[in-house]
Amino acid sequence: MSIVESVSSERSLLQIEDLTLAFGGVQALAGVGFSVAPGSITSVIGPNGAGKTSLFNTISGFYRPACGSIRLEGRDITRLPAPKRAALGVARSFQNIALFRGMTVLDNIKLGRHCHLRTNVFDALLYFGRARREEMQLRAEIEERVIDFLEIDHIRHAPVASLPYGLQKRVEMARALAMQPKIVLLDEPVAGMNREETEDMARFILDLRAEWGVTVLMVEHDMGMVMDLSDRVVVLNFGQVIAQGTPAQVQNDPEVIRAYLGSGRVDELRRRLAGARAECPA
Amino acid sequence: MRIGLARPDYVADEALIDSPTRWAWIGALFVALFAFPFVANEYWLYLACLVGIHVASATGLNILTGYTGLVSLGQAAFMGMGAYTVAVLQARWGTPALFNLVAGGIVAMTGGLVVGIPSLRVKGLYLAIATIAASFITHFLFANWDSVTGGTAGLTVEPARLFGAALDTSFRLYWLIVPLTIAMVVGAANLFRTRIGRAFIAIRDRDISAEVLGIPLLRYKLLSFAVSSFYAGVAGGLWAYFFRVVTPESFPLILSIFYLAAIIVGGMGTILGSILGAAFMAMVPELLKLVVGWLPLGANATLVLSPVRTIVFGALIVGFLVFEPQGLAEIWRRVRRFFHLYPFRT
Amino acid sequence: MSFDWLFLLEISLAGLGTGALYALTGLAFVVIYKATRVVNLAIGEMLMIGAYVFFAFAAGFALPVWVAIVAAIAGGGLLGAFVERTMIRPMLGESPISVFMVTVGLGSILVGLVELIWTADPRRLPEFLPNEPIFVGDAYVSPKVFYGFWVAALLIVALLIVFRFWRGGVALRATASDQAAAWSMGIDVPRVFSLSWIVAGMIAAVAGIVVGAIGGISSTMGIFGLTVLVVVIFGGLDSIAGALVGGLFIGLVEAWAGAYLGGEFKVLAVFTLLVLILMVRPYGLFGTHEIERL
Repeated sequence: MSIVESVSSERSLLQIEDLTLAFGGVQALAGVGFSVAPGSITSVIGPNGAGKTSLFNTISGFYRPACGSIRLEGRDITRLPAPKRAALGVARSFQNIALFRGMTVLDNIKLGRHCHLRTNVFDALLYFGRARREEMQLRAEIEERVIDFLEIDHIRHAPVASLPYGLQKRVEMARALAMQPKIVLLDEPVAGMNREETEDMARFILDLRAEWGVTVLMVEHDMGMVMDLSDRVVVLNFGQVIAQGTPAQVQNDPEVIRAYLGSGRVDELRRRLAGARAECPA
Repeated sequence: MRIGLARPDYVADEALIDSPTRWAWIGALFVALFAFPFVANEYWLYLACLVGIHVASATGLNILTGYTGLVSLGQAAFMGMGAYTVAVLQARWGTPALFNLVAGGIVAMTGGLVVGIPSLRVKGLYLAIATIAASFITHFLFANWDSVTGGTAGLTVEPARLFGAALDTSFRLYWLIVPLTIAMVVGAANLFRTRIGRAFIAIRDRDISAEVLGIPLLRYKLLSFAVSSFYAGVAGGLWAYFFRVVTPESFPLILSIFYLAAIIVGGMGTILGSILGAAFMAMVPELLKLVVGWLPLGANATLVLSPVRTIVFGALIVGFLVFEPQGLAEIWRRVRRFFHLYPFRT
Repeated sequence: MSFDWLFLLEISLAGLGTGALYALTGLAFVVIYKATRVVNLAIGEMLMIGAYVFFAFAAGFALPVWVAIVAAIAGGGLLGAFVERTMIRPMLGESPISVFMVTVGLGSILVGLVELIWTADPRRLPEFLPNEPIFVGDAYVSPKVFYGFWVAALLIVALLIVFRFWRGGVALRATASDQAAAWSMGIDVPRVFSLSWIVAGMIAAVAGIVVGAIGGISSTMGIFGLTVLVVVIFGGLDSIAGALVGGLFIGLVEAWAGAYLGGEFKVLAVFTLLVLILMVRPYGLFGTHEIERL
């Protein structure tokens, strides 16, 4: 592993250490570790099957790693259930859009704020009073900050199922923003988009950092976008971090080139796979 | 034709009743509901009370099954819990009707929570089947816990007493059942304007993602079961006061299927659907009675009625699922849209 | 007082007899589920139709028994084909709950039809099984249950052989897991669907004749289907072996509960078993575990 530059733990927002995850015989993550500086845009890249989505799922709380730790602002969240991580500010968009098709755009976005709201079932049944106040406040805030920001005001009452793919991705991002996140995990935000949509999304991500001060961790295959946007890039292959650093450093790293293009030497591949640790250290 | 509906603020945009026309219709509805008992005869009052009970229970089931996606065939069992609670409280302690109804709701709610606990591990169809099991187990309890439930003979219920008057006619019961039902329906509609309702829908549509977005699954699934079975318990209590007798056979599995059919026919996941579906399914047997009476069948008419009713029941379920899966509510919306946009073509 | 082993043996044999019928009907259920992923709650009512068609031909038209049996099987197959084409095929792609409810509606329609044509009164089938009491050692077994067991066992073995050696078995499984992929592989998906429902209808008809022969027929026979539901949940919705093991096991448990606790405890025992299996192994003994991806 060629660590060209690492972020010191005092400054990091998200600190991943030694994350190991296996499904039966398949090693999804093997000792993955890196840091994400606050306010930065960090990209995770790697060939298909490298473990990128598994990494995100582990950070979100969907998977429990066999060993290793995840720290958010110094606080260990490895054993926290997913809803609690959301409340602490870990927001996420999904590779295959996970919008709730039975609701409108507005409701989907409002759902993002769920863990920060206080309405209980009795308030809700009555509605007039606490529930209504909270809902109106939420609506005003979402309209002013999220919907305007992502330019989706024309579709706010549309059922999400009727929207084209690009807009759905934007609504997903809106929902993630409604969670008042400290860090947003974007899983392939521009997958399947054309040039214009990609540039729009890139602009939104940059604005995200500038206006909201949110840290971005994204998985992406579009190398142009990765290299142009990111402050740091982490490269995964076979569940291991094989390089991390600035885009320029990573681009010229021989290990990375080998991972994407292959070196054609089978024994080297075998050696590398054997090196992937299958169990946690005692 | 309705055009030019401007919403000046968010409150107006989020309101349930969003235009003057709608206010007018709702107002007319309330006037009609108020005037109805004074002009209707005993038969129609009886039907109105029955429809009210069905609407209350169907709304509860819709919260659980239509909105949260947890299919339940246990609604009748929860109603039974409410009914027996009311019957026992009324017989042993003569406590006031409203207290009994709330108590019935709470007992049913506890039952709902018990049934809901496995809902994290047991999903979809398996949960539906678990509720069938719960239904049979509760039936066994009702039939065999003689000391409390009176065994297979059941319990008789004295008329409810409200403000000193005994509610022993359909006319009087109307004034208990209809306002309660309206309150329950409005409560359910309110639920889905808040984060609680949104969480339910999220669980239905994609529960894993819902968790990652901050919704604790078990807590909300249990909450859905709790609210839904509370509604069922109150409806069951009203049933007890209405029919004045509660036996284990009052709440069979077929009644749960009836309610599930009601929300399918009416429209799952809509408040209007619960109302339309419950009313429709309650009226269909009466309509059939009329039709069968007209046909020249003579003495055979009564023999034919019951099987025809069963066939029509099944056919309605199959028909709506195949041809109009979003139910009567969708048909209603189409009709409304036509009138909103007339004379413009859609 | 020494434990009455003979009684236990007799009860157990009776339980195995009913168990074999549960297994047979469970097989019909599993065939449908394996091919079309449909949970057919109307399996008990399909069994009932088989019994009533037999009744119609054997008692109503007074035809020889073997004609009635063939007619019932044909009728069952036709019913399966008709139901699949009109009610299940249009529901392709809908949520499993909706399809489940369609089968519930179907069950209701079938019950109503039977009541309309034959009224709700229970009836007896004409006798066609040998009548002499059967003894396994010292234990008495009702002859109908005995022969019923062997009919079920033979049919199950025949079906197992067919599924094992016929490439239709693989086609069945392929269609169940991914219809589009199966179709693009050249498997005639609609035909597999129809075939599975026809076969299931025929199996259910045979089971219906036997169940009817043992206990008479009535419009409430369909309740048999609920116990079969427990059997397939126990064994795994898509497992033939599970239906077998489950059927025999549930048959035994039901018989023991009925004998030692009382008739009304049969239902309780079976459904408590269901709750237990749902808590411990929701996919059944041999069912395949569905994995959800985020």
